[in-house]
Amino acid sequence: MNEVKCECGHVNPHGTVLCESCGKILEETEIDKKLVDMRYEGSARRSQTYNKTIIDKIWNFFSSVKVGVWLIVITLLSSIFGTILPQVMYIPQNIPALEHYETEYGWFGKLYYQLGFHDLYSSWWYLLLIASIGVSLVICSLDRVIPLYRALSKQRVSRHEGFLKRQRIYGVSDLPESEEDFATIHNKLKSKRYKIREEEGDILAEKNRFSRWGPYVNHVGLIIFLLGGMLRFVPGMYVDQTLWIREGETKAIPETDDQYYLKNNQFIVELYDKEKDGEVFEQALDRAGGVVKTYQANVTLYEKKGDTVPGEEPELEKVKDAEIRVNEPLKVNGLALYQVDYKLNELHEMSFALQNKETGEEFGDVTVDLSNPDKLYDLGDGYSVEVKSYFPDFEFNAEGEPATKSRVPNNPAFVFEMKSPNKPEGEVSFVAIQETIEPLGDNEYKMAFKGVETKNVSGLTVRKDMTLWILGLGGLIFMIGVVQGAYWNHRRIWIRRIDGKVWIAGHTNKNWHGLKRELEGIFDGTGIDVPKDQLEEEARKG
Amino acid sequence: MVELSGNLLYVAFICYLVATTFFGGSIKAKKDGKKIEGPNKWATIAIIITVVGFVAQLGYFITRWIAAGHAPVSNLFEFTTFFGMCLVGAFILIYYIYKTPWLGVFTLPVAILIIAYASMFPRDISPLIPALQSDWLHIHVTTAALGQAILSISFAAGIIYLVKAVDQTTSSKRTFWLEMIMYSIVSVISFIIITTGFAAVNYSAEFNYIDKKGAAAVYEYQIPALIGPHEGELVTEGKFEPFIETPAIIDSKKLNTVIWSLLSGLILYWVLRLLLRKRIAASLHPLVKNINLDLVDEISYRSVLIGFPVFTLGALVFAMIWAQIAWTRFWGWDPKEVWALITWLFYAAFLHLRLSKGWHGEKSAWLAIIGFFIIMFNLIVVNLVIAGLHSYAGS
Amino acid sequence: MKKRRLVIRTVILVILAAAVGYTLYANLTKDTIKKVEIGKTAPDFALVDMNGEKHKLSDYRGQGVFLNFWATWCKPCEREMPYIEKSYQEFKDKGVKVLSVDVGESDVAVNNFINKHKLSFPVMIDKDTQVQTAYGIDPLPITFLINKDGEVIRSHVGQLTQATVNQFMEEIQP
Repeated sequence: MNEVKCECGHVNPHGTVLCESCGKILEETEIDKKLVDMRYEGSARRSQTYNKTIIDKIWNFFSSVKVGVWLIVITLLSSIFGTILPQVMYIPQNIPALEHYETEYGWFGKLYYQLGFHDLYSSWWYLLLIASIGVSLVICSLDRVIPLYRALSKQRVSRHEGFLKRQRIYGVSDLPESEEDFATIHNKLKSKRYKIREEEGDILAEKNRFSRWGPYVNHVGLIIFLLGGMLRFVPGMYVDQTLWIREGETKAIPETDDQYYLKNNQFIVELYDKEKDGEVFEQALDRAGGVVKTYQANVTLYEKKGDTVPGEEPELEKVKDAEIRVNEPLKVNGLALYQVDYKLNELHEMSFALQNKETGEEFGDVTVDLSNPDKLYDLGDGYSVEVKSYFPDFEFNAEGEPATKSRVPNNPAFVFEMKSPNKPEGEVSFVAIQETIEPLGDNEYKMAFKGVETKNVSGLTVRKDMTLWILGLGGLIFMIGVVQGAYWNHRRIWIRRIDGKVWIAGHTNKNWHGLKRELEGIFDGTGIDVPKDQLEEEARKG
Repeated sequence: MVELSGNLLYVAFICYLVATTFFGGSIKAKKDGKKIEGPNKWATIAIIITVVGFVAQLGYFITRWIAAGHAPVSNLFEFTTFFGMCLVGAFILIYYIYKTPWLGVFTLPVAILIIAYASMFPRDISPLIPALQSDWLHIHVTTAALGQAILSISFAAGIIYLVKAVDQTTSSKRTFWLEMIMYSIVSVISFIIITTGFAAVNYSAEFNYIDKKGAAAVYEYQIPALIGPHEGELVTEGKFEPFIETPAIIDSKKLNTVIWSLLSGLILYWVLRLLLRKRIAASLHPLVKNINLDLVDEISYRSVLIGFPVFTLGALVFAMIWAQIAWTRFWGWDPKEVWALITWLFYAAFLHLRLSKGWHGEKSAWLAIIGFFIIMFNLIVVNLVIAGLHSYAGS
Repeated sequence: MKKRRLVIRTVILVILAAAVGYTLYANLTKDTIKKVEIGKTAPDFALVDMNGEKHKLSDYRGQGVFLNFWATWCKPCEREMPYIEKSYQEFKDKGVKVLSVDVGESDVAVNNFINKHKLSFPVMIDKDTQVQTAYGIDPLPITFLINKDGEVIRSHVGQLTQATVNQFMEEIQP
């Protein structure tokens, strides 16, 4: 439809500004311009030419660079808001988010939460922004790369005069004294790695055309990257779980369908030692009061044999021993276990002695397993201790009653009933850390604190990410594209003999300075004048 | 080895100072209105001294690496000096492409300031915490710093462009904002002077105060407290009493330093204005009178074009790879990562805007300034003010 | 020619819109994706109750199972216990079984709780969190309704009222 046939014989798509083949100006409006717009080789950028249906309108909207830049800028500005206060994944996880923001940051924190800024980067509108950038990438690239490719493939050696004289680098020179000069130029071009096409005495020297595709390659990379990001939402592609495991514990690894178990044999934290690790660190270590050198979990990996269901004692077969350190995850079955966090010296066992307060005499030791205390400790001879109540993570609740916050023994408290031969009905004592309360009046006996045993807990993150290779691929292609487009310039030099003169024109997509220097190098010493920069001439006159 | 390292850094610092004056001299040497084209004797000496300084700083880097057992880019001081070194390196590269001595007059001082600023922070060589014990430390941090340094050349070029292009005969929004940039630079200088000055007299004042968790804590101030901590009680006798107290949630010591810098910067700025009798940008004008604006614009653009891929590679790609290995997630939206993204988006927008001729020249120069501000925000505010996985040990 | 362009553009835009739509939808629902899907078979498990009796979920095919997860520190859990007990009395002869799982506290604490509320249904402790992992438990209380064929017909997070408990038990009544 409405294709334009140029006088050179080539048929151009509708809307072409410069003939794809010879460069003659096809659009009336362009004829008066001093220089032609070479950004897309004067090709018909499809979206500019068709604007009829709603589909076209949407297409053109996303094809526009201006819209693209706006999307980038809006994304940039909104990203800033998420850095004002910590995002929800960086605040302590054991209290509700709203509560945290309000208590830490007051009304501002509350507002921040209500606006959804605490989880800004997962909000629907932020995702929509990124998605729009993705859409824009697809459409603007398609819209430009296809016509550009056509134009660059179909260009001919001998360009129309109108084209040549409207190039930024342009000059007309007298024919040189001898043909040898042309041979010199030819050789100089060759030595500067130009590809030379000759036709009827005219020359087109071109190099680094591949650099023009750079932007489109990097756009493809970005699109693949975004696709990878999108795939994370597909179930099964991405797993993110935590596994807290105490020394001595064996636990099922989440997301392995109950197939794999891990035992924490030992958890080690090592600090830098001034003597061992280097005197050179002394000042820094003193200032910081101790710097962690390494922390790792020595674990054993087991595979479940047999068909037990969760809750039953599984039959485990050892697979291997491993050490999990930061930067060195353990890989199991497509999952990776990372050493992320730890808790040192979690209370494990507490020992008490049943003691007569006045005489100080002790009647037996009670060692309580803080994860599951016994109900009754019989000390013989009529002495016994019963655990009436147990609160591993003690607090006074809203009603003022003793209660527990969680099942983790952060702050154990007990209600003991102590029975002895002279107090067979029992005495009640409430015992917490550094606190003993006798709710029913003064007791004769007390539970004296004897000692505590601790264990370290290792915090592992269980991660599966099948989208990583896609993201990696996208990133790689992006880097290739960006390097391809940025570090080389597409340069062309046209040399034509017209009516006894030599017409020279030059074009590059960027770095005119470099092209000009190169032209000087090519034409210096030959009988042909170096072409001038028409923009510079303009600026000088004006 | 540590001493040698420190000395080499001083040598580099002095070299850059000297080179700046020589570069300045090379411009003055052409006062007769001839177009600045290519180097002259002054410029040649200047670039040689610059290269000597650069080699010295490389020496500091290598010796410190040997002493510490790991690449010296693991705390704020080390990173910032490395950044300064990359800036000088990037300048040397651009100089050899474009042969532009005037670029040295503006770039080297920026590098000097950055190194001086870095020196205000703890310089002890510290061992690496587990998360940093990886080859990726070297790869990610160095490439990111290099990328940022190359991008920063566009800042120097941008300033030059504006100093020449902005009409100083009248007051306008442009002159105001250009002066704001000058004031910011002056504030950095005064920060360095203040901090060094009080450190030289070993000023120290201790405060007992209540921190945001309600616990008792102690603050040691290295400069007099204009702003005091929450319910602070001055322990050291005879020292300055603060005017105001901050709520517990604000780090009063850092805020105090910021206020000192801004106030003293203001004073220093006005002193300069009084001495120079005109705006600072206006007084720099003669230096740039004969520079080709197109060339400046070209250099500004080129440095972004060269730096952008390096920055992407270092600050995003390598960062993501390392984050995945060390923190199990390649992107966590922590403030530093977000600001790296913001920087990246900004320069991407810059490159796209350059497609339109209307954005060449002065508009690009302003954009280059904003871009540098974003980089500095990431370096200073995100590291020191906004806490996170990425914070370095601060002052 | 025009037609072809229209078709191509429409197809591309539709694909893009679908991708964007999917992403937004998935993001919206990601927090509600459960390990246990409604309409699918409930993950099997086996635990021993406080009286020493072993209960395996799959043994209760043919009966409706009211599966409730709780903890002593969870106030809403505590508030709904009397309702569950009352409804259990009503429905236990109608083929509805109640299985109550504490998330891993001490025997002492759980027994005290049972005595305090005079609970008569089986109460088990998931000591090593295997069952919680299988069911993807996070907030408490959470109740799963399992029908006589072993399928999960509903799950509910949060405190229940007496009326709701009754209604739930009716739903799973065989």
